This record gives sequence, structure tokens and C-alpha cells, in this order.
Amino acid sequence: MNKQLILDHADAAVEFNKNEAKVDWHDETLWFVRTKRDRAVAQIPEWEQLREAASQIKNHVLSNMHDLLIQFEENAIRNGIKIHWAADGDEHNAIVLDIIKQAGATRMVKSKSMLTEECHLNKYLIDNGIEVIDSDLGERIVQMRNEPPSHIVLPAIHLTKAEVGETFHEHLGTDKGATDPQYLTEAARQHLRETFLTRKVALTGVNFAIAETGGFVVCTNEGNADMGAHLADVHIAAMGFEKIIPRAEHLGVFLRLLARSATGQPITTFSSHFHRPRPGQEMHIVIVDNGRSRQLGRPDFRNSLKCIRCAACLNTCPVYRRSGGFSYHSAVAGPIGSILAPNLDMKKNADLPFASTLCGSCSNVCPVKIDIHDQLYKWRQVLMREGYGPGSKTVAMKAMATVLESPRLYRMAGKVGRGVLRFAPITVENGLNPWYNQREMPEPPAESFHDWYVNHKKA
Amino acid sequence: MKVGLFIPCYIDQFYPNVAIATLKLLEKVGCEVAYPLQQTCCGQPMANSGFEHLTGGCNENFVRNFADFDYIVSPSGSCTLHIKHHLHSTNEEAATGIRSRIYELTEFLTDVLNVTALDATFPYKVGLHQSCHGQRGLHLAQMSELVVSPPFSKPVQLLNLVNGIELIQLDRRDECCGFGGTFCVTEEAVSVKMGKDRVADHLRHGVNYITGVDVSCLMHMEGILKRANSAVKVKHIAEILTATL
Repeated sequence: MNKQLILDHADAAVEFNKNEAKVDWHDETLWFVRTKRDRAVAQIPEWEQLREAASQIKNHVLSNMHDLLIQFEENAIRNGIKIHWAADGDEHNAIVLDIIKQAGATRMVKSKSMLTEECHLNKYLIDNGIEVIDSDLGERIVQMRNEPPSHIVLPAIHLTKAEVGETFHEHLGTDKGATDPQYLTEAARQHLRETFLTRKVALTGVNFAIAETGGFVVCTNEGNADMGAHLADVHIAAMGFEKIIPRAEHLGVFLRLLARSATGQPITTFSSHFHRPRPGQEMHIVIVDNGRSRQLGRPDFRNSLKCIRCAACLNTCPVYRRSGGFSYHSAVAGPIGSILAPNLDMKKNADLPFASTLCGSCSNVCPVKIDIHDQLYKWRQVLMREGYGPGSKTVAMKAMATVLESPRLYRMAGKVGRGVLRFAPITVENGLNPWYNQREMPEPPAESFHDWYVNHKKA
Repeated sequence: MKVGLFIPCYIDQFYPNVAIATLKLLEKVGCEVAYPLQQTCCGQPMANSGFEHLTGGCNENFVRNFADFDYIVSPSGSCTLHIKHHLHSTNEEAATGIRSRIYELTEFLTDVLNVTALDATFPYKVGLHQSCHGQRGLHLAQMSELVVSPPFSKPVQLLNLVNGIELIQLDRRDECCGFGGTFCVTEEAVSVKMGKDRVADHLRHGVNYITGVDVSCLMHMEGILKRANSAVKVKHIAEILTATL
């Protein structure tokens, strides 16, 4: 068994479920987002064709990654953008720090970028004496609380209004007990305005990088990426290499899918197209691998790189809604996180593909048709084959297989099992049986169907 | 038409009445049904736990038992789906044949037999639990996520043939109950919470019975109902489709 500081998913879920009212609230809040997505999708009769188109464009990207990235780099350089290549998170962080130092800055404003969460950029910069302020409202809230985001689109979705009010009271001096969203948002707005005006360096993520033009698109609802990038002397955009799309016209497919899948909006409030630095500004793009080449080389898992980070699979996941984002102990939570994380570290993330009932809802909502639940199943096979399961589980599974593949042993075990349940239920109905903890056992019949059939039908 | 009845292991051991109802239903609609006596398990408990490589013995046993039937029918969407996707054998031709001829009970009744009448009566308020593997794996009904596809439901089509039945509409018509195989014990906290929430949806709509195409989900919800001393009971769809006054 992995003994580690972070709780595995099941243990973290036990903690999360100690407050059932909060679980209900979390579940209903995210289910509401799922129903908004359903209503938005219902407005688009060609939704399934759009998904198929997006899936095929992304498949094309995965098969032509090298050429598209080179094309993107050439065009971006021609536009006056500086391109940096990072093999992993450490290289990415070092590149960003170097750019900040070159600019003579000690402070940076950052809009939402799950990649920088994946690379743990904030901690690295702070350790190197750079102050980082996240400008996305949700990210700002979790940053104040010294927490990671619990959701890739809604970073503070694990917090109630009251909890945000407390955090703001502590960090921004708002009135104690205040929960009015307008009041709290205004306080954050004033605080962030000062940040925007005084930072020389701004970092944004990238939603889509267009090979044909060398430009990129950043989608936000708050305009914070634009505010940061337009006011700063230096704009750094960080992207995983899978963000590439071949042509600008493909945005017509992806921008229609992204916000509808994410929050049920027709489109994000801001879909900002960046092509070149404005006069006097520097623009950098850091293109990051960090395990993506390895994932691209896994036939069963490569198409997880089609992901456009809409989080529809999180919102629909009945497990995520009831275990919370932190239970996934990974930058990207939920079903998509559970098929991405084992690629980064199999040992540390061996629990995640098992944090699912394989219900399949994730694959159905995915706007780029990633076969998420099939990949969860396949990761289970890889992880157990490579020995990342507890030894006791392997022993139990081997014993189970021995019994179930032998008709004679199976019938004997069935008879004994039913007998034990009928005549000595205490051996099963006790605190050591996780089924019995909150559920009654099925009532064992005297006779199996097999025996009934032999007695009634063979005569 | 020779139909091989595949009864999943936990139904055989714990819910023989479901198997008996399935057998009677198939015979009632005119099938010649045989239950191969040496059958055990489809292998899914190992496979879903990441040990598909240990299911070879179950696979060979399954092929030995079911290779000679025109159709293989089972009162379980989940086990049917597992066989459909993962049955392989040293006799791969036989395995391929089985994969293409295995049906979950309700889809067999609606799609192969085109059943349009049943002499059954069940005068109760019933909630249908759309088990995920039947729903999203075998496409037994239109899936809530695929908003723009036309509505249909094979289990509802059959339940609507039953006299006196009143089917209720759930708030979340195809959310998972949280059984999930070994998930029900390895992730007990989430599993139970999911089950409680599913059960609550049915209770809110005043059901007398919860039904479905998979006994595993029903067993999980039954355990939760019983722990809460609820009067609501679970019944597999085969039991309702064969019910008489």
C-alpha cells in the first residue's frame, strides 16, 4: 500500500463526506452547471456533428504534432513573438523566471492557467523572490487561502459564499460576516485593479494556438487575461503543446463547444486573439511537454491529449461531485485528471483510475469525444500489471479468479457463503465489512438458481 | 431458436427469483431456453479491478458453456456488456460469435423478439433505475448527456406493456447509483452517498418499487433502503414483466 503524505482518493473522500450537507451543496451546485450545459446543447441541433468535427481535428493534430508545432513556431516568430520550448515543468518554471528577471521585475500578475498549476509555478516563483498574484477571481480566492484550485474551470467551487466572505475579511478587510456576492466581488475588483496597474509582467494560459497564423486565443469570463496582458510590458503565454490547432477556421468549431460544455454559456465573455506584441511590448510563448510526448506515444491513452479543459466531465461525474476536487491530489481533478495523472506519476496516482464507477457519463459529455471511461478501465489494467496495486489485492484477485473459473469451486463457495450469511451473519455483518457499514447485506436464499433449475427443470 | 440463459454469479447465489422470472419470461414469449449448468461468472469483478489478465479461466469456461446457442440472454446489462467487450478465448472464433450473439434481456425482447404484448399486472408506482452499463454501454435508452438524440427507452417500452403500472419521472433520470463493482467497498463513502441520493430521488416521487435491468445496482440500493427501514422494495424488471395479481 502506498504510504504517502497525501491521502488517496478513497480516504480523502471519506473526509469530504463527513459534512453531508456540504456534499449535497457541492453536488447540486455542479449538477446545476451540468443542466445548464444540457440546455445550451439543446439549442444546437448539430451538436453531435460539432463534437465529431472537433474530435477529428484533434486526432489530426495528434498525428501531425511535430509539423504543426514547427509551423506555429515559424509563424509566431515572424509575428515578433519569442518562442521557448520546455521539456518539463522545471524547465518551464526556469524560463518564466528568466523572462521576469530580464524584465527587471519582481512581481507578476497571472490569469488562469492549469499548466502553471501542473508545473507548480507559483511556489517556484515565490521561492525565487517573485510575488505572483492570480487575477482570476476564483483563483485569487484559493490563492489567498493557500489552496490549489479544486476544479479546472471553477477553481473555488468547493467554497460557499460564507467561506469566501471569511477569506476576504481576513485578506482584503471586508466586513466580517459579509456574504453579498456584489460587495465581495467589488472588493476583489479594487484589489486586483491595483495589481493590474502596477505589474510589468503578465502571464496567461493559452486555449488554442493556431499553427496557420502563429497567434493564440485565450478564453475568460472576467477579462482578467486581457487586463493583465494589455497593461504589462511583457506578456508570457504558457501552453501545453497539445493546445495547437491547424487553422483559424477551426476556432469556429472549438469556441462553440468550449463554453457550452463548460458552463452552458454560448461563448466565453472574452475570446481574445493575440497575434503579435503591441509596439514596445514583449511577447513570449512557452511551449511545454512535461510528459505529453510520453502520453502521445501510448496508443491507448494518446487521445486524452485532445482535451480542451472544459471540465464538463468533472461537472457530470457523480464521484467528483461527491468527493471534491482535492480528493484527486492532482492539478487536474475529475475523470480527465484521472487519465492524465498516471502518465505523470503512476505510483502517486495509481488510485485515481479506480475513483470511478465506469458509468460513462464523462465520455458522453466530452466535446472532443475522449473515451474517458474506457481509458480509466485501461489504466487500471496497466497499473495492476505493473505492480502499483497493493499486494493483498493481487492475492485476493487471484483467489477470486481460481474460484470463479471452476464451476465446482464456485458452487461450493456459493453454498458456504450463503450458509455463513444465513446461520452466522455476524461473521459478515460487522464493522470490518465496508458493505455492511451503511448498507444491509442481501438476504441469502436457501437454494441457488442452479440448484433450483436442477431440481425443477431436469426432472 | 435456442436461447442460452446466462445468469450472473451473484444473481445465481443471492437472487434466484430474478433468474426464475427471466427463464419464465423467455419461455412465455416462445423461446426454447436452456441453462448451461457449468456456468460461473463473466470475469468482470477481476477485470474492472485491473486484473483482466486473470480472467482467462472464466472466459474459457464461458465459451465452453455458451458457444452452441443461437442467442445468449442475460438479466444484467453490466455482465452482458463485459462479455460483449472483453470475451476472448483460445477458440477466438467461438468467442467472437458469442460477443455478437449476447443480449441483455430487455434489448432481446424489444429488438430480437419485437415483443408488443405481455400478460402482466403490477399495480404500483415504480421508478426505473437506468443502470449505467446497460444505458451508456448497451444504449438501452436515450442518454441524458446526448441531448439532441431522439428519446427512446427499451425498458420503459416493456414496462408500459404492464397493466396497472405507474412509472414515475426521476429528477436525474440516468445518474449512477454508485455500486460500481469493487468500487462499492473500496470507495465506500462515495458509493453509499451516491446510492442514498439515487434512492432519495425515487422516494421523493413516492415509489413503491425501484426496478432496473441490473440486480447489482438494485442490491446496493436495497441495502440502503433496508438500513433506513424503508417500505420501498426493489424488483428486477423480469419480475415485474412476469407479475400477476
